[in-house]
Amino acid sequence: MPRTLLRASGLTRRFGGVVALDDVSLDLREGEVHAVIGTNGAGKSTLINVLSGEISASAGSVELLGYDVTRLSQPSRALAGLGRSYQRSTIFPELTAMENCRLAAQAALQRPWAFWSAARACAFTAARAWRALERVGLRDEMDVLAGQLSHGKKRQLEIALCLSTAPQVLLLDEPMAGMGAEETERMLSLLEELKADHAVLLVEHDVDAVFRIADRVTVMVDGAAIASDVPERVRANPEVQRAYLGHGQEP
Amino acid sequence: MRRALKIAPAILSLVGFGICPLFADAYALDLLSKTFVLAIFALSLELLVGQTGLVSLGHGAFMALGAYASAAMLRTSDPRSFLLVMIAAMAAAGAYALPVAALSLRVRGMYFIMVTLAFAQLVYYVFHDTKIADGSDGTYLGAAPRISLGGAPLFDVTRSLPFYVVSLTVLIAVWVFLALLARSRFGSALAGIRINEQRMRAAGFQTTSYKVAAFVLAGMIAGLAGFLKASKDGYVNPALASWHQSGAVLVMIVFGGVGRLAGAVTGAFAFVFLEELYKSEALFGGAAKRWQLMFGLTIIAGVLLLPKGLVGLPDRLRRLARERAKVHA
Repeated sequence: MPRTLLRASGLTRRFGGVVALDDVSLDLREGEVHAVIGTNGAGKSTLINVLSGEISASAGSVELLGYDVTRLSQPSRALAGLGRSYQRSTIFPELTAMENCRLAAQAALQRPWAFWSAARACAFTAARAWRALERVGLRDEMDVLAGQLSHGKKRQLEIALCLSTAPQVLLLDEPMAGMGAEETERMLSLLEELKADHAVLLVEHDVDAVFRIADRVTVMVDGAAIASDVPERVRANPEVQRAYLGHGQEP
Repeated sequence: MRRALKIAPAILSLVGFGICPLFADAYALDLLSKTFVLAIFALSLELLVGQTGLVSLGHGAFMALGAYASAAMLRTSDPRSFLLVMIAAMAAAGAYALPVAALSLRVRGMYFIMVTLAFAQLVYYVFHDTKIADGSDGTYLGAAPRISLGGAPLFDVTRSLPFYVVSLTVLIAVWVFLALLARSRFGSALAGIRINEQRMRAAGFQTTSYKVAAFVLAGMIAGLAGFLKASKDGYVNPALASWHQSGAVLVMIVFGGVGRLAGAVTGAFAFVFLEELYKSEALFGGAAKRWQLMFGLTIIAGVLLLPKGLVGLPDRLRRLARERAKVHA
């Protein structure tokens, strides 16, 4: 049985009268890609926001590497090993790709009082940044300003930023959004590679890609998880077919 | 070569200011010293606005607190050590900056500007309307801070040449410190917060702590400027904390070029130069009485024509020249 790195229990988030997240429980295990699918507004991004601590939960708990982190802030959870990517690229456009990753890597070794030592001279952060760029395939673009990268490359940089902090749990919010076929293939093989030593939560619209790569699939409808299982059984689940896959009425 | 070109203006001005006392009279030295102090004040705000992306409209309060703390330390005619008074002034400004930062950083953008303004007005009215330091008239210092060597006073810092040397030294020290800070991990993190705070939090930075630290540091350096000003002038008054002062320094760094330390210093020099220029009756005759009108128009023109400030001018000219060359080719 692989280790459970992240466990959410009964997560609920209300915005006024709207229940954006309704009693969702899920486990992320090392060596697995756990995909979350659902229509727009089903609560997928809210789930990532609550798990990462960007917004607080109205009820329920989050356990990271066996510790209860429900009351910890987003930066604390990040330092504890949680990395997230955003659906809209959240990068530093005025800095080079390398500097983007170096800055993210710096989170692990902040030393803010050391005003005499140059940030760029730090071998530890530079090495981490370089590895992250190499992993996503941006090695040749390391000196390009992030704002000048193509859309696909910005998406890759988004993942690299996430990897620069060396997290154990990855929460990826539609990493393939707007990518071409070739870039999507590349991202899928990267995910395949990453899952060996990470637990990956993948929110994705592209259902074909999801069923190819995911080890487990959770289906969300109106903030609630209506099914959570291995892909074959989720695909066969009549409730899922009716609610989401849209071909449950076949004769 | 590129690097040499980049630091050339700084080296040249250093040499220039170094030889200035050889031929400048007391009036010119005093004017330059006043500008150095203003430049230190502008640099402190640049740390906040340019490096961290926090626009404060209450920065004058910290300068005033530094000045008033100096006056309190030098109330009687016993001279006190320059270093001791300086530290007290910076501590006083920092002590006020900490709660102000903690409270005002709970809000963002326009609200942040308004809250910083409110806290500065608080300082202004406390000094203006209470008897703490003789109310609206302000108060005189009983003595000047003393720089001594082995018990014997070295020189009188209120005199033109010594103060010129001291203020120039402090300006260089502050500039070097802020330049080091900008390339350090702390400076990188501030830049990251300015560009994309959300990503910084996601990476694991407690961004609020960083912003509070930057705010307190900026307040302390403004307090240092206030200390120098009080030492030279020999008196303090509530106008130091007025919003005019806070507004002027903000315009100064925008005019000089926000985002670069040289911009803050250039802005301070441009301000003093323009004021002297337009006040000159020899050049403008009767219009010199209404110098603020021309001054204001110049600032507006500068901000409109030079989006990157005065320090962005060489780059802009180079680009224009290149485009012209392309058209002719």
